[in-house]
Amino acid sequence: MAGMPIVNRVEAARFPAFPVGGAAGASLKPEHLAAIHADPAPVGFFEIHAENYMGAGGPPHAALAAIRERWPVSLHGVCMSIGGPQPLDKDHLKRFKSLVDRYEPALVSEHLAWSTHETTYFNDLLPLPYTPATLDRVAEHIEEMQEAIGRPILLENPSTYVVFKESMLAETEFLRALVRRTGCGLLLDVNNVFVSATNHGYSALEYLADFPLEHVGEIHLAGHAEQEDDEGALLLIDSHDGPVTDAVWKLYEIVIGRRGPIPTLVEWDSDIPGWPVLKAEAQAAQEILDRHAVSQIRGAAHG
Amino acid sequence: MAELVVSMAKRRLGGLAYAAAFTPPLLDPEVEEPGLIAGPNGKAAKKRYNVYRNNVTVSLINALADTFPATQRIVGEEFFRAMARIHVRQSPPASPLLFEYGRGFADFIEGFEHARALPYLADVARMERVWLDAYHAADAAPLKPDALASIPPERLGQATFAAHPAARVVRSRFPAVTIFALNRQDGPVGRLETAEPEDGLVTRPQLEVFVRRLPPGGAVFLESLMAGKPLGKAVAVALEDDERFDPAANIAGMLEAGAFTAVAVSEGGRR
Repeated sequence: MAGMPIVNRVEAARFPAFPVGGAAGASLKPEHLAAIHADPAPVGFFEIHAENYMGAGGPPHAALAAIRERWPVSLHGVCMSIGGPQPLDKDHLKRFKSLVDRYEPALVSEHLAWSTHETTYFNDLLPLPYTPATLDRVAEHIEEMQEAIGRPILLENPSTYVVFKESMLAETEFLRALVRRTGCGLLLDVNNVFVSATNHGYSALEYLADFPLEHVGEIHLAGHAEQEDDEGALLLIDSHDGPVTDAVWKLYEIVIGRRGPIPTLVEWDSDIPGWPVLKAEAQAAQEILDRHAVSQIRGAAHG
Repeated sequence: MAELVVSMAKRRLGGLAYAAAFTPPLLDPEVEEPGLIAGPNGKAAKKRYNVYRNNVTVSLINALADTFPATQRIVGEEFFRAMARIHVRQSPPASPLLFEYGRGFADFIEGFEHARALPYLADVARMERVWLDAYHAADAAPLKPDALASIPPERLGQATFAAHPAARVVRSRFPAVTIFALNRQDGPVGRLETAEPEDGLVTRPQLEVFVRRLPPGGAVFLESLMAGKPLGKAVAVALEDDERFDPAANIAGMLEAGAFTAVAVSEGGRR
């Protein structure tokens, strides 16, 4: 894996600096490319999983460049393993930086999770205990990544299925401390909030009330699936394989009502529907964003 | 207040062993779920932990299915997934780039006793792995068809070539190219009309990946050129390999396929 070719250093912006504020976007899926380019008004931005574009060349880069010519792109890392105890992969940092340089993304994000241990990559977002020791380690990793790519990242709250007996800090407290220490922003995944709250038996509203919304630079919405835990209680799975549920839309509306418009992505990664279905989900988010943008302007004018 | 709690706790705990404790059962169903986790209020977490087991195993099997669609089509989904599950547990990825995963899969298939009835299966998997390498390889302009026209005929034998980043030769004792092609198209799989060994050349001159069958001696010829041997030497080695080797047809074929990006003539020669 060492020696992945690094793309040419960029001297000047090669792509337009499209604004992403107040926009709703969608996951970019190769099967939608033709429909997107044929659509006169698709969505506000597209988000890609960084690792899918870490090859040297070929169709992925050609497709992404054609998208980036016309729309803003959000670069979402899935496997930096920021939440793991071991040092970050230096080659992976270099590859990530080369993508940031090459595509000038409007947003850059990663997860509060880990996926690599020793040399094995597990391809899942694994959970971590929230302790002073892990806080120190994760903060170091975020600083290292931000240093490497030359800009702050947004860190996403995870969906989890288990808790660690040794955890001592609330997730919101952990995230707030990371923001304070590293200057990173947050990516609030509302579906993850709902999934974790259900799985661990706490109130999603209380979690959101304690979430530092002022640091949120992007929101994720997605569908989840239902299973049962060891005692037959409802266990939600962050499956990204269906439409956003009503409960998640309600929580989203509350967040936007409180904070005003925030760039919002609808994720769909499995059982991917036709483009019109995914677009309709993004449009539903856009309507909520627009409604609150208007009420914010009115509020400002009247206040 | 929170800061005080944090600084008090810091003195008590190291707490970075969680990854070492969490990972061993992920790919080994024989290992019990780790003791450091629980459900809410100390509830049992076996099924909860199994969500991670399932995510890891299924997503990696899916990654192999994405990379090896013809292999899956030949053996059927159920067989493929059972075979892939064993491989995933034995050889999980060592890189977060999933399009790099599966380099050991063809060798694994070759040694997989339940696949012995399909001796060509490993070569089809090899072809598929090379196909994906070509797909993600660096972009480069291939040599033009008339690239050799400017080289004086008496110097052609000394010409050396730079391989295109996407170009690969795959050799098989079976009709692997034909079987690969039959199982990578969308329509129904046609009849296999050959049992002859086939060597393949995989290239990606622009954005589309091409797989073609090489004529007799062609694989040895291209492998020599890709290793930097001069054209004259490559022709001699190919003729030794197979007396039917046709230099002119093979040179035209490799240029048409886009297997090389540059040609050079040593000893004061020019391009």
